[in-house]
Formats: sequence, C-alpha cells, structure tokens
Amino acid sequence: MDKKQLEEKARQIRLEAVEMIAKAGSGHPGGSLSATDIMVALYYSKMALYMDPNDERRDRFVLSKGHSNPPLYAILADKGYIPKEELQYLRRLHHPLQGHPDSAKCPGIDCSTGSLGQGISVATGMALGFKLRKMPNKVYAIVGDGEIQEGICWESFMAAAHYKLDNLTVFIDRNGLQIDGTTDEVMSLGDLNAKMKAFGFAVDEIDGHDFDQILAALERGEAGKPHCIIADTVKGKGVSFMENAVGWHGKAPNAEQLEQARRDLGGK
Amino acid sequence: MADIVKKATRHGVNEGLVELAAVHEDIICLDADLGNATGTSVFHKAYPERYIEAGIAEQDLIGLAAGIARAGLVPFANSFAVFAAGRGFEIIRNAVCYPNLNVKIVGSHCGITPAGDGGTHQCIEDIAIMRSLPNMTVLSPCDFNQAKLMARLMYEHVGPCFMRTSREAMPIVTSLEDKIEIGKAQILRRGSDVCIVATGVMATLAVFAVDELAAEGINAELVNIHTIKPLDMDAIKASVRKCGGRVLVCEEANMYGGLGEAVAYGLVGTDGIKFDHVAVMDRFGQSGLSGELLEEYGITSANIKAHAAALAKK
Repeated sequence: MDKKQLEEKARQIRLEAVEMIAKAGSGHPGGSLSATDIMVALYYSKMALYMDPNDERRDRFVLSKGHSNPPLYAILADKGYIPKEELQYLRRLHHPLQGHPDSAKCPGIDCSTGSLGQGISVATGMALGFKLRKMPNKVYAIVGDGEIQEGICWESFMAAAHYKLDNLTVFIDRNGLQIDGTTDEVMSLGDLNAKMKAFGFAVDEIDGHDFDQILAALERGEAGKPHCIIADTVKGKGVSFMENAVGWHGKAPNAEQLEQARRDLGGK
Repeated sequence: MADIVKKATRHGVNEGLVELAAVHEDIICLDADLGNATGTSVFHKAYPERYIEAGIAEQDLIGLAAGIARAGLVPFANSFAVFAAGRGFEIIRNAVCYPNLNVKIVGSHCGITPAGDGGTHQCIEDIAIMRSLPNMTVLSPCDFNQAKLMARLMYEHVGPCFMRTSREAMPIVTSLEDKIEIGKAQILRRGSDVCIVATGVMATLAVFAVDELAAEGINAELVNIHTIKPLDMDAIKASVRKCGGRVLVCEEANMYGGLGEAVAYGLVGTDGIKFDHVAVMDRFGQSGLSGELLEEYGITSANIKAHAAALAKK
C-alpha cells in the first residue's frame, strides 16, 4: 500500500475502533488512536501474514499495551481472521473480542496481553525462540510509554540485547499521557533514546503518525541488536476532543461525542 | 538411615530432563542465575545451546518462557520456589495460565528445608499460590526417583505445570519402575488404622513413620500425593474411609491454602472424619542447622508418627 492508501486504511480503522468502544460502552480510545498508524503500517505493509493464524511462518505482533486493542481487532476483521460482525460484540460475554487481547479466544492474536510489561517480555521470548529454532520470523511489539515504568520491561530489554535479538522490533508509543496525568508528572521517563541505546538497542525516533517515517524506520535497525522505534504520537489522534486529553484514556464516547468523532474521522 | 543413599528431588528432575532432552529437541531449560543451586547446571553442561540464562530477573524468566512456548518449544523455567512462584506469580497468571501455554516451571528449595538461608528463601506458600490458578497442574514428587520420572510426565502433559522440588537430600522410597501418572495418587503403604496423606519430603518421612508404627501394631495407609492439582480425591476418600475417617495430612508448607485445606475441602460431606495436619503453623521459617530447624518445625518422621499414633486411637 502507498502512503495515501495507508492513511485511508488508518482512517477507517480509527473510525471502527471508536464505534466499537462506543457500542461496548467502555474501552480505551486514547491509546488505541495513538497506536493505530503503527499497527496499520505493520499489518498492511510489513508483516509476513498467512490466512491460517497458526501458520508457523507468520511474523508475530504483540500489542504489549493490550488495552489499545480495538484497532487491532478492526484490522484482524478486515484481514479476515475474525468475522466482521464480531466487531459489534467487543467486551461481550462469550465473544472473542475480550477487553484485552486473548489468544485463546481470538484467532490472529499472537499474544494475550493486558497486564502491562508482560507483552514485551513474551515478545522477547518469542524472538529468542525463533532464534533457537533458526527460523526467520520477525517479532514486532508496541509498548506504551507509561508502560515502560514496569520493571519487567527493562529486564526484557536487557535480555533482548544480551541475546542479540535483531528479529525483534519494539515500538514505544510515546503519547506522553497515562491515567493519572502526563508521563512527566507521574514518573518521568527521561531521555528514552539514550536509555534504549544504553540498553543495547538500535534506536530510531520518528513521528508515529507519518507512514513514510514508520516504514523507513522499519527498514533500518542493526544486525546483532534489537531495534527500538520511539514513535512520537498524539493520544486520541484523529478525534478532536480526545487529542492530548488525559481524560480519554479509558472511557467510551456518548452518542453526541460519537457523532463528533464520526465527523472528525470523515466517515463517508 | 546411615547406609541409605540420599538424593534431592531438585537433582532428580534435572537428571530426568537431561535424559529427555536427548530425545526431545524442543526442550529448553531456563534459569535465573541459580543453576548451581537449582541443579540445572547439569542441563547447561549437556546442552549449552538449549540453556537460557535469564539473569537475576524472575519476572522476565517467566515471560521469556511464555514467548519460547509461543515459538513452538517446550520451556522449563527454574528458580527457587519463593522467587518463581512469588515474584513470578502475576506473569505466570497472565502470560502462562490465562492463555494456557505449555510452560513448565520448577521451583526448587521449597519448604523450610533450605535451612541455612532462612525465612526469605524458605517457600511455604507456593502450593497455595499455584493451585489457585486455573489451567495450572501442580506437582510435588516425594523423592529423587519420582522427580526424575515426573520430568517426563511434565513434558508429556500439554499445558502449564508447576513442580516444587526440595534442596534436601533425602532417602529414596520409590522406584524408577513405578507406574505413576499425573492426577493419580500413589499408595505407598497399606493399612486401615489411620490414613496419612503426604506430599514431597513429608511422604518420604512418612514412610519411615509408618514402618515404625507397624512395629507397634498400628497399620497406617500412606497416600503419596505427587500431584496436588488435580487432586485425586477418589483415592484419598477410599483410603480415608478404609481407615475409619482418620486422616492426617502432612506437607512442608504453610497450613493455609495447601494440601491440608484441599483434602479437607474434598472430604466435606463425608461422615465421621477425624482430621489432623502436620504443616508449618502459619509462621515464617528461619535460619538454623538442618536437624534442629526440622525439629523446631515438626518436619520429622517422629512428629508424623506421634500425630498418626494419636489419631489412630481416636
């Protein structure tokens, strides 16, 4: 897909994500919208995918910030891994689209996540496992910037460098906000670029909403090192009243707000 | 007991794993900088390319194991029980048990038998923690041979497994020829005066207690629980009924949340139960010489014998 097509796809996915959260009556729109472009770039222009979600050859995606899953569900439905009608049953009893991704219930989910910090550890183990099996699979993960306050992330980062996992790419979705305020107020992350370099990663810093930059960064990285792409993003990206608003971490829009979101996202 | 060969379950499981790994190339062994203590160093020596050092990072130890399982291999993650089950708990819950992954966790140095290290390292909660998890199978072999056999059972079982092993070298009371299976209790001694239900090193100690009781005319049934979850209540109930409802549960773990409560729960509704429990009585361990510490906490065959004898007279 070219940049225009990716942007159009991302617009549709964002719209679907907001519709899903509104219908469910709960969810996490802010972080979903900040991470959407990265997921769209990976699923439509980068990852090796196969229609059988159990095909061993596929690249793997770990949404370590599992609460941002509605866009991922919309992508999986668009790709045909789950029926499209399931999107209206997000967070509903006996349906596969759980509040946080569940690999046992939802085809195409490569890793159950939701407890912050664990996804990146499992992603690191997956990349290590593929190395042990001498398989060429790549593992892509998105962690939140607030998420890396969890100590296990740094244990994993250390291990990823120690085992020279150049088949692992970690996006840090740096939207600067978390539940109780900005990341600087809650627990400042400091010089992330320097920290990730010090932990042994090849590091890129990009605009996480610019497909040219996302795709170009994905072509970089260094042999023998895990790759970290720090993506500057806007929490709530694309919906005017959600952008950079702390309050939109974990609540659903009401009917009126949904109408505004639809207008912002330019639904045809 | 001076001429009896003593070995620890921590070494049994690793000896079994090394033998299995020769046949099964998908076995990966992980440790968190305790290889010489947990006993995984033998695996490291035999298969260095399949040994993953996680460093002093037990959360990541479990996360890495979950990822390795997702990549199609069979990881055995090792640390002391207190760190694996304790610090690793929430990773075990959400990254292993919730998605029902084929991850094996071995927690060594369980109970208070790691005498010198003191209370920080003496894990008396792992049974309670691990059996509370859906999808988890909890194993507790009684001696070296059984731990060795159960390495294979754990590998063949598909799904999350936790095995607690002991640091302490103990006499061997079972055979490598035993036909055991996960979820089936093992009757080590037949009797009808009192039923002893024991797990881990307590089952080994109970063998000696039962043999001494027999010399005094008390015939105890000894049910060895090598699988704490799923618990074979059918076998336990049959043995307890045969013994007139007299049941003594023995475990090297805290009195709360462990095998004792599991057995008691399973016996609710059975008439005429007379229950007693040898366990750690809701206090932490401490440092001491092995003999004096075990005496202090009642982790002895003499204590089991005294409780069983008293119960047999009720």
